[in-house]
Amino acid sequence: MKTYLLAVQFDETTEWSEEEVAAQRAQVAKVNEEMTGTWVFLGGLLPSHASTVVRPAGGAVTVTDGPFAETKEQLGGFWVIRCADLDQALAWAEKCALACGAAIEVRPFEGAQWV
Amino acid sequence: MDLDGVFRAEYGRCVATLTRFLGDIGLAEEAVQDAFATALEKWDEPPPNPGAWIVTTARNRAIDRLRRESTREARHAQALLLQQPDEPEDVGPVRDDQLRMIFTCCHPALAPSAQAALTLRLLGGLETAEIARAYLVPEATVAQRIVRAKKKIRDAGIPYRVPGHAELPDRLPPVLTVLYLVFNEGYAATSGELVRTDLCREAVRLARALADLMPDEPEVIGLLALLLLIEARRPARVGPDGELVVLGDQDRTLWDRALIAEGHELVRRCLRRGQPGPYQIQAAINAVHTDGTATDWTQVLALYDQLLQFVPTPVVALNRAVAVAEVHGPAAALAAVDDLDLPGYHLLPAVRADLLARLGRTADAVAAYDAAIALAANATERTFLETRRARLAPN
Repeated sequence: MKTYLLAVQFDETTEWSEEEVAAQRAQVAKVNEEMTGTWVFLGGLLPSHASTVVRPAGGAVTVTDGPFAETKEQLGGFWVIRCADLDQALAWAEKCALACGAAIEVRPFEGAQWV
Repeated sequence: MDLDGVFRAEYGRCVATLTRFLGDIGLAEEAVQDAFATALEKWDEPPPNPGAWIVTTARNRAIDRLRRESTREARHAQALLLQQPDEPEDVGPVRDDQLRMIFTCCHPALAPSAQAALTLRLLGGLETAEIARAYLVPEATVAQRIVRAKKKIRDAGIPYRVPGHAELPDRLPPVLTVLYLVFNEGYAATSGELVRTDLCREAVRLARALADLMPDEPEVIGLLALLLLIEARRPARVGPDGELVVLGDQDRTLWDRALIAEGHELVRRCLRRGQPGPYQIQAAINAVHTDGTATDWTQVLALYDQLLQFVPTPVVALNRAVAVAEVHGPAAALAAVDDLDLPGYHLLPAVRADLLARLGRTADAVAAYDAAIALAANATERTFLETRRARLAPN
């Protein structure tokens, strides 16, 4: 078994209506239900306005407002899943992408604490 | 002793089988290379079944190597290896190994440039330097692409398996694209350079193997037929001075009749099936080109109309316009290419130039040839366009 991160690449510049948000949440909830037994951890994130970066600098740290990069797409949420191989991970990612209406980056873990 | 020939013929098969044993392409390649080094020392003549000898030797070398290592992965791989039968295997599983390898090399999670390089390396047994020469890129670039792709296969957990029937509609097209691109890469070079001729042969060989492995996939048969029918005409495509000879001017006695007969038979097989697809239609177009003493352009145009439904791209529309010119005249064809948007593609101005010349619009034709010459990357094609242009404007 391998462990993968399915990270939602969320375009924060797109406006969503309340109905669209509700529909997306319902679709994602359905996928989560279907993924029971496969996901280890999952969660949606608040937009990057709520993000703070702590950066090492000469033995101390600096704390700054905002995400690492000023890009349109930000991490919007993620699943951590356990499955046999990349093909299975990609099959789940397809469902997640369609449910979220956003791109999903599929990335294997190098190691994971609970393994 | 022709160890190079054995290497080329057996390398892909052996690596594919060892990958199943070892679960890792890199380890499999090392083991197979070890075995070939041993063969170089031990063989006076290759044994009757050199592939089986290489696989057995590679397996034993891999076990030795893994015994010296103590990691968990090594012990796991060793356990797997020791479970494998000693006897040479039936043809069936070995073929499945190659099929698994093709689908792994052409996995959509790999970059297209890496898919082609990996396929030529792992299935064709081509050296990195040969692939680099064929694609006119530095050897280091190819080496890096291959190393990265193998690393991604291992780290991302790309499975070593043939996709299930339900997945084939998504997974087969990239495989066909890679084989087609490999062939095209060889075919685009008309200078007769040996290595690039090799690429055409390699693509045909791999397409044949795929058709052998998946005889019920009409597009696989279509691709093989297409490659055979283009390959059959290659001897006539370059004239005595290395110049490009277009279809209508080719000496048909130079065509390879056996390849054409095989291609036509495959196209008929596809037609009987009645599940058309882009490669089958392109094969049918090439079957019309190679049927009888001259091309039946009405049939070709009908096939391009059908192809355009499957592949509505400007390149297909441009090729269709060539058929339009033959059936409805150059003015109709010119109207058909006027709206095409193909920036940087030299064949668009080249086709326009030919149509304009046929309409007697010499000055426009010369300008279009100039545009095509400026865009053409292949020296032989450039010479061809320059000759055409010179005929219109001798000075």
